[in-house]
Amino acid sequence: MTVPFYVAPEQLVRDKAEFARKGIARGRSIVAVDYSGGVLLLGENPSTALHKISEVYDRIAFAGVGKYNEFETLRKAGIRQADLMGYLYSRDDVTAMGLATAFAQTLGMIFTRDPKPFEVEVLIAEISEDNGEHRLFRISYDGTLYDERNFVAIGGKAEQLTEALEELWHEGISLEEAFAAGVEAFRRAEDRESEGWEAAVLEDTNGRRAFRRLDADQFIGK
Amino acid sequence: MGPLPLDVPVPGASFSDLLDLVGASPTFSVPEGANVPSAPEGTTVLALRYHNGVVMAGDRRATEGNLVAHRRIQKVFQADHYSAVAIAGTAGLAIDMVKLFQVELEHYEKIEGIRLSLEGKASFLARLVRGQLPMAFQGLVVVPLFAGYDERLEFGRVYSFDIVGGRYEEIDFGSTGSGSRLARSYLRTTYEDEMTGDDAAALAVQALVSASQEDTATGGPDLRRGIFPNVVRIDSDGVEELSDDVIAPISESAMETIR
Repeated sequence: MTVPFYVAPEQLVRDKAEFARKGIARGRSIVAVDYSGGVLLLGENPSTALHKISEVYDRIAFAGVGKYNEFETLRKAGIRQADLMGYLYSRDDVTAMGLATAFAQTLGMIFTRDPKPFEVEVLIAEISEDNGEHRLFRISYDGTLYDERNFVAIGGKAEQLTEALEELWHEGISLEEAFAAGVEAFRRAEDRESEGWEAAVLEDTNGRRAFRRLDADQFIGK
Repeated sequence: MGPLPLDVPVPGASFSDLLDLVGASPTFSVPEGANVPSAPEGTTVLALRYHNGVVMAGDRRATEGNLVAHRRIQKVFQADHYSAVAIAGTAGLAIDMVKLFQVELEHYEKIEGIRLSLEGKASFLARLVRGQLPMAFQGLVVVPLFAGYDERLEFGRVYSFDIVGGRYEEIDFGSTGSGSRLARSYLRTTYEDEMTGDDAAALAVQALVSASQEDTATGGPDLRRGIFPNVVRIDSDGVEELSDDVIAPISESAMETIR
């Protein structure tokens, strides 16, 4: 009989975390930025078919970075959860807070239980009902949940992007300004030209379903 | 909220399959020989095509036997951006079916990133109707009417259904409910090809008023209480629910025209 090697839990967690971080760092980042009419989600994405940003519920959007199939699995599970809750109770009972905790719980469970953690980071954004503060949540590969204000970045360059946005963002920023700030933040964080943008907004003017994809070219004046 | 339903076995993009998997499907069985209680029933709804879209309309009455159960019930619902569904039969079951249908279409769209084709939506609705068949044997019948704008073929389409989930595409107009024959006979003599949206909306209201003259279960416009038919228009811009401000004058002139 072979005796399994003993690995200290500290070591195990460290290794898994390092593995996940490396995986995430290989992919491209995404930012969410509050502006006067809603929330802008913006990321570098050369593909027009594979989306990283998507609608989850009436006022809630999802964005994921890292391994596509893994955050896609999470995205679909999030939509299932949201639609189930909304159908069984009421549309008002689906909140970003509830979904973010569900994502956090799931990622946390996968991180400790599965041999390989998910190499992803996800972002949940929700626009407020009454022009109050919008909700921005970031959930990391190990299920840690962060409640952010005004703007948030996920992915390998999250730190640099946040740093740049701290300088570029200000209260009452318009959509065009927010878009320009996002693009500028990416320019500072990455030392190369973008190969294409994926952008979407959550905006009250869109009716019940606040999510709308943007044509990025319109904003960068191509 | 618990953890996400990650391990659900192959739910695909269908919300009703997901409901089945988590055991929350709206199914019920009535014990054999049991007396089914009478429940409010919705009555007349109709849809007709015009040159670049469809108009769908329904009266506002629900009946229980010979009594009026509700005066302002809604029987025409937006299903998604390009389609609407109207219901006749047992109101409680029908409204639930509409709710499930709406969530199904939106769920598919979000999961797949693309809307179902109009044909696909109609097929799915037929499946929901067939699912009600055991209840139909107990006398609780639901028969919807479906209309929408076909984004691929670029014109409006109307589908009617029967009690067993049969689905029939109508080339001009369709209707269902207790006053549907009366409404159809009215439309048969007045319908014209290539109508405008406004003309189609007016004709739809006239047909409902006409049905309400002969069928007590169909409620005509109630000017005193300000109750008017629900009318929606669907074209390449999507579904538009006409407001009472628009429908009130149409209703008034319809009531003057119809003998």
